[in-house]
Amino acid sequence: MSDLVKLTISEARKALKNKEISAVELTEAFIKQMESERKLNAFVLETPEIALEQAKASDKKYQNGTDGALEGIPLGIKDLFCTKGIRTTACSHILDGFVPPYESTVTQKLLDAGVTVLGKLNMDEFAMGGSNETSYYGPVINPWKANNSDANLVAGGSSGGSAAAVAAHMCMAATGTDTGGSIRQPSAFCGVTGIKPTYGRCSRYGIIAFASSLDQAGPIAQNVEDCARLLTVMSGYDAKDSTSSQKDVPDFTQFLNQDIRGLKVGIPAEYRPDGLNAEIAACWDKGIEILKARGAEIVDISLPHTKYALAVYYILAPAEASSNLARYDGLRFGLRVPGEHLDNMYINTRSEGFGKEVKRRIMIGTYVLSAGYYDAYYLKAQKVRRLIRNDFLEAFKKCDVILTPTAPTDAFAIGDKSMTENPINMWLNDVFTVSVNLAGLPGMNIPAALSARGLPLGLQLIGHSFDEATIFKAASALEKDICFVRK
Amino acid sequence: MAVDADTVRKIAFLSRLKVDDDKIKDTEDEFNKILDWVAQLNEVDTSSVEALESVNDTNLILREDNITAGNQRDEILANAPMSEYGYFVVPKVVE
Amino acid sequence: MAEFIIETPKGKWEIICGLEIHCQIISKSKIYSGASTEFGADANEHVSFVDAGMPGMLPTLNKYCVHQAVKTGIGLKAKINKYSNFARKNYFYADLPQGYQITQYKYPIVGEGKVIIDLPDGSTREIGIERMHIEQDAGKSIHDIDPKKSFIDLNRAGVGLMEIVTKPDFRAPEEAGAFLKKLRSILRYLGTCDGNMDEGSMRCDVNVSVRPLGSNELRTRCEMKNVNSIKFVMQAIENEARRHVEVYESGGEIVQETRQFNPTTGQTKAMRKKEFAHDYRYFPEPDLAPLVLTDEYINQVKSEIPELPDEKKERFVTKLGLTPYDAIVICENKENADFFEKAAAGHDAKKVANWFMGDFFAMLNEKKIELKDSPVSPENLGALVELVTQNVINGKTAKDVFEIMAETGEAPEKIVEEKGLRQVTDTGAIEAVIDQVLEANADNVAAYRGGKQTLFGWFVGQVMKASKGKANPAMVNELLKKKLG
Repeated sequence: MSDLVKLTISEARKALKNKEISAVELTEAFIKQMESERKLNAFVLETPEIALEQAKASDKKYQNGTDGALEGIPLGIKDLFCTKGIRTTACSHILDGFVPPYESTVTQKLLDAGVTVLGKLNMDEFAMGGSNETSYYGPVINPWKANNSDANLVAGGSSGGSAAAVAAHMCMAATGTDTGGSIRQPSAFCGVTGIKPTYGRCSRYGIIAFASSLDQAGPIAQNVEDCARLLTVMSGYDAKDSTSSQKDVPDFTQFLNQDIRGLKVGIPAEYRPDGLNAEIAACWDKGIEILKARGAEIVDISLPHTKYALAVYYILAPAEASSNLARYDGLRFGLRVPGEHLDNMYINTRSEGFGKEVKRRIMIGTYVLSAGYYDAYYLKAQKVRRLIRNDFLEAFKKCDVILTPTAPTDAFAIGDKSMTENPINMWLNDVFTVSVNLAGLPGMNIPAALSARGLPLGLQLIGHSFDEATIFKAASALEKDICFVRK
Repeated sequence: MAVDADTVRKIAFLSRLKVDDDKIKDTEDEFNKILDWVAQLNEVDTSSVEALESVNDTNLILREDNITAGNQRDEILANAPMSEYGYFVVPKVVE
Repeated sequence: MAEFIIETPKGKWEIICGLEIHCQIISKSKIYSGASTEFGADANEHVSFVDAGMPGMLPTLNKYCVHQAVKTGIGLKAKINKYSNFARKNYFYADLPQGYQITQYKYPIVGEGKVIIDLPDGSTREIGIERMHIEQDAGKSIHDIDPKKSFIDLNRAGVGLMEIVTKPDFRAPEEAGAFLKKLRSILRYLGTCDGNMDEGSMRCDVNVSVRPLGSNELRTRCEMKNVNSIKFVMQAIENEARRHVEVYESGGEIVQETRQFNPTTGQTKAMRKKEFAHDYRYFPEPDLAPLVLTDEYINQVKSEIPELPDEKKERFVTKLGLTPYDAIVICENKENADFFEKAAAGHDAKKVANWFMGDFFAMLNEKKIELKDSPVSPENLGALVELVTQNVINGKTAKDVFEIMAETGEAPEKIVEEKGLRQVTDTGAIEAVIDQVLEANADNVAAYRGGKQTLFGWFVGQVMKASKGKANPAMVNELLKKKLG
C-alpha cells in the first residue's frame, strides 16, 4: 500500500499545494489501491480514466493557483447519487445500464470544488438494508476481521461500500446517504467517521429517493476534520430541491479544536436498555469520561418515545418508498422484462428487477397507505413521529449535544441467519440511529473503541437542528482523546 | 387486523409485483409478523397529537414561471428500453 | 330552476348531478418543472427530467400557477385557503411517469364558492363550488399507430391543472350546460384557462344519480370521465339518468362505477372493471412543504381581478339600459363586451347593442372572421349609430353605410359625406317631392281620399324613392298626412 493513500484531506491538500505530490500521482495511488482491494466488492463501477482526466485538470489548477477547496481529492461516490454520463443503478437490477443525463447537486458541488471521482460505491439496493447484503452486486466485505478469524463480516449498510472503501483506503473519502442510519452504522462497523447533517442541509436533487422525508446526504471520511471539509462543500440551498434549507452554511472546520468546557452533553436514559451489549456500554462510558475530562457537563436526559422509533420508521419509510419506487416500471429507463400488455410488463419488470427486501418494503408501504389502513398505520406513525421530535426539542432545552452508541453490536457475519430469516432483527441495527432521521436532526459516528473481538465500535453525537457546529466541536474533542487506531 | 391471502394478492397487484401462489402463505405470515410488531404504536396515546408531515419549518419556496428545460428529447429517450419516432414505446395498454 | 323531471308510467324522478372540471392553467412553464406548456410541439420535446420521472428528480412549484389558482378561486367567489398542501395520488399508468400524480387532497388551495348560472328563461340560479385544487396533468398515450404497441408522449405531463369540484346542485342537463358556459366565461375573463373543451384544455367529469321526485335520499352515482363538449355533457347527464330510472324501475340496482360516454351514440357504457383498480393511497407529498399564503398576497391578487361577467352584465343593465338578455349575450365573452363598451361610449347603448348583435355579428359570420379582425372599429360602429340617432341618416341608409364600412373600414361620417347620403330634413324640400308625387298620381290621391287608406304606405314608398332614400321617414309621414288631408 502506498503511503499516499493514507493521507487525510488536509495532509493531501498541503502536499498538493506545495507541489510535493501531483494530483495525478495521488489518483494513481488510489486507483492501484482500489484495484488491489477489489475482493471487498466496495466499488460497483471503477472510473479510473475519468479520475485521471480530472486529476490532470486539478494539477493545472494547482499550477495556476485556481485550485478549489477539494482540488485533486479522490473520492468514491455512493451509487445512489446520479452522476452525469456515469452509470448509476442504486445497486438495483431494475436500473441496469442507467446513465443519468444529469448530475446530483451534491456531487456537482464536489466536482466544482475539484474532486476526482474514482467510481461508484456499492450499497444496499435503493439504500434499503443495514448490512449491504441487499445489493444486486453482492455484499461488501468489511476490511476488518475479528481476532483469529477469516470470516467475512458485513460492512454495514446501506452505505457499506462507502465506509469499507474509506476504511480500506480505496478512496480518500466518500459520499453516503442516511435514511435511518445508513451513514452512521456502516461507519461504526468499519471504524470511520461519517455525518448525516440536518434534514434540508444538503440538496436531495439527483439522489435516487428512498424515503424523501428522511433521506440526507453526508460524507464518510477518515476523521472529523475531513468530514467538516466535505460537509462544508456539500451543503447549501438548492432551488431544485424545495426541501433544502436557505440557512447559511458555516465553514465547519472553524468549530474544530475548540475548548469544550461548559458544553452540556446529554445522555439519554432510554439508550441504555436492559440487555445493552456490555462492550457497547463500556465504549459509551469511555466517551462520557473523555468529554467530562475536557470540562463538558454531563446531563441526564430522557427521550421517552425512543422505543417506538423503529416501528414508526418501518411504517413511514416503506410508505414513501412504495411511492418513490413506482417510477421503476420498465418504460423510460433501466430494465424491461417484456409482457403482452402494459400491466404484465410492469409486473414482470418489477418482480425481476427488485430484490427481496425492496419488494418487502414496497408491499408493506403499499399496505399501510391503502384504503382502510392509512389512519391505523401511516397517520398513527406520523403522530408518534411528532412525539419523537418533541422529545428531542425538550432535551435540547437541557443540553447542547447528545452522546449515544451508534449501533447495538459490532459487525456481524455475512449471511447471519438470525437476520436473513427475520427482517425485524436486521432492522434492529438501526435502533440508535432512526430517531435522528425521524426528528430531522444531524448525527455523526466517531470510531471509539475495539470490541473484544477486535472490531470497531462507534459513538454517535446528535445535534440540534442545523447545529452541526456543536457536533463538530464535541467530535473534535472526543476524537483527540479516544485514540482510535485506524485500519 | 390480520392480513389474509386476498389482501396479499391485492397489495401485490397495487405494487405491480408478482407473488407466486406458493409464496402467498409465507408473505402473509411475514406481513402479520411485521404488523404485529408495529402494532406497539397503539400503546402511545396520540389523541391530541398532530401528525408530523415535514421536519422543515420553512415555507415552501416557489419557482418563477420561466422555461428552463426542454428540447432535449435525445437525453429524455436515451435510457428508454424502447422508443420510436420520438415516443416511448410500450406494449398495448388495455383499458 | 330549469324544470327537468323524468316521468314514466311508474313515477317521477329527479336528477342529482355534480361536475368535476379539469382546467389547464395558463402559464409559460409546467406546474412542477421548467419545461414549456406550449401545445403542438414534436413528441417529448417539452419534457424535463422531472416530467419524465427520472430517478432523483424533484418537483418545484410554479409561483404563477399558484397565482392563477388564487385568481380563479376569487373569481369563483370562493374561500382562499391560506394553508394548503400537496399529496401524492398513486397509480400506475403509461402516461404518468412518476407512478403518482402530485395533487392536493385534504387541504386544497380553494374552498367553497359559487357560480351564478343564467338559464334560457332569463332566470338565474346559484351552483355551489365544493373546492378547487391544483395538480399536474398526465402525458398522452397514443394507441392507434400500431396494433400491439402504445406510444407515449410526455409533452403534456406536468402542465398545471385546476380541478374544480361542484356541489351536486344540478337538477337538469341545461343547468350543467349553463354552468360550463359561465365557468368558461369566468376563466377567460380571468385569463387563467383558455376553456377550450375541444382541445382538452377544459375537461369535464360528470357524476349522476337519480331519486324519486320529492325524496331527499342520495342514491348511488356513476361517473363519466372526460366528456369533451357542453352538448355531450348535457346528453350524458340525460341519458345516464334515464338509464338509472330504467334500472330502478325494472327492479335493478345501480353499482357505483366509472362509465364511458360515447359521443356517437350518446350512450354510456361501463368501463372494463379491474379488481382493486382504485386505491390511490394518498399521502402528503414529502418533496413539497405546505403552501402558506398571506392576507397581503391574497389582497394583492384580489386587486388584479377584472370586472367579471356577472358584474359587467349587472352594470350594462342598470347603467347602460340593456335588457338582461342582451347583457348576458354580450358579456359571455370579454372581448365582445370590451368591443361593445367602446362602441357604446357616448352613444345610445341599446341601439349600439342591437347593431352589435345584429348586423355587426352577421357581418363577422359572413366574412368568417374574428372580432379582433373586424374592419369596423368600435368607434366607427358607435359613430354610425350616432348618425342615425341624430337623424343625419335614416336606418335604411345606415345599413348601406355599414356595408361600405365592412368593405373599406372607413368612418361612417366620411362615407355619408362623400356619397351625399345625408338625409333630407328640410320641410320645404320634402314638400316639393311630395307635391311632385301627388301630382303624378292623381288617381291614387283620389282613391285614398275616397277611403282607400291602405294606400298611405304606398305614397310613403314613392316619396322615399323619389328622394333617393334620403328623406327623413318621420317627416315624410307627417307631411304626407297633412297634404293628403
